[in-house]
Amino acid sequence: MKVVIMGCGRVGSELAKTLDEEGHQVSIMDINAHQFTRFLPETFSGRKITGNGIDQDALRRAGIEEADAFVAVTPGDNRNVMACQIAKHIFDVERVVCRIYDPIREEMYHGLGLRTISPTKVGARLIREALDAEETETAAEPENAPAPETAG
Amino acid sequence: MYIIIVGGGKVGYYLAKELVEADHEVLVIELDPVRCAEITETLGDIALRGDGCEVAIQEKIGSGRADLFLAVTGDDEDNLVACQVARHIFNVPRTVARINDPKNELIFRKLGIDLTVSATSAIMAHIEQELPSHPLIPLLQLRSGFEIVEVKVPEGAAAVDMPIKDVRLPNQSLIWGIVDADGNPKAPTADTILHAGDEVVAVTRLESEEAFRNALTAPPPERSF
Repeated sequence: MKVVIMGCGRVGSELAKTLDEEGHQVSIMDINAHQFTRFLPETFSGRKITGNGIDQDALRRAGIEEADAFVAVTPGDNRNVMACQIAKHIFDVERVVCRIYDPIREEMYHGLGLRTISPTKVGARLIREALDAEETETAAEPENAPAPETAG
Repeated sequence: MYIIIVGGGKVGYYLAKELVEADHEVLVIELDPVRCAEITETLGDIALRGDGCEVAIQEKIGSGRADLFLAVTGDDEDNLVACQVARHIFNVPRTVARINDPKNELIFRKLGIDLTVSATSAIMAHIEQELPSHPLIPLLQLRSGFEIVEVKVPEGAAAVDMPIKDVRLPNQSLIWGIVDADGNPKAPTADTILHAGDEVVAVTRLESEEAFRNALTAPPPERSF
């Protein structure tokens, strides 16, 4: 699979590394070339393109025209949304995934047909689940803890 | 009319000023507190500090009853999202976005923004009228993807000496008027013959601009023997 990733922060770098190791053809973009030196491993064999993902020429340089997938993970919700809409509607990329922090905007763009992920919603849910799990385990402990002793 | 303006920079400020003077109800949303204060001081209590892309802010200012929504910040992505939120969540009947990179005109159009205004394109259109070689000048964008254009029929074009009905114009294109080389305007019919030097005023679809220009300016295909 040919993948273009926009945004070389922690998430972008981690995703690029994983896909690269799995043998996919990865192009990662960032407006700031310094970002490529921060979180990407030295072993990364994909392409690094300095440029703005809402600029159609920069997207072409990153190989958007042949890409099977596009992922937008810059810190800017609006930039991610615009880049993903360009990838989907102008370049007809088959798989497009957009990170949107704002849950309300995330819902709206999901409704407009984008595959969206809101780390705010997902993160809050996971933390809530972890809290519930903690509670269950703490509550369960008094019963479970002495069990080995009685058994032994 | 109730008009919301996102972005209180130079463009937003002067738009607000004009619209307030024309007795419209105007509200400017601007992130920068200093600019907000300036607007309030000179134009009255019409500025609100906030992010115009936020649904909560648009809710607060009553986007739902706005007649017109203008997003004129210096960032195309913010203008796009502000207009999309206004349109899809608050059903604002008409959204207008300022475009800083002319390449974004097509994508904005495709994504349902009613009108885009690009300073770069506007200036280019004016310069183009001064450049005799430029064959097509976009004059005005209409709603629903149409525009009015002017094309000068050059010497040696395939369309020269041809009646309009024989020129293969792209779909949904219509020639409205012709100003001939002597400066006489006329209303053409299907049988009107085109001449070199004619200035043709027509309506066509935005995406057909190039095909339309070619229909009137391209030389005849080379004959093979």
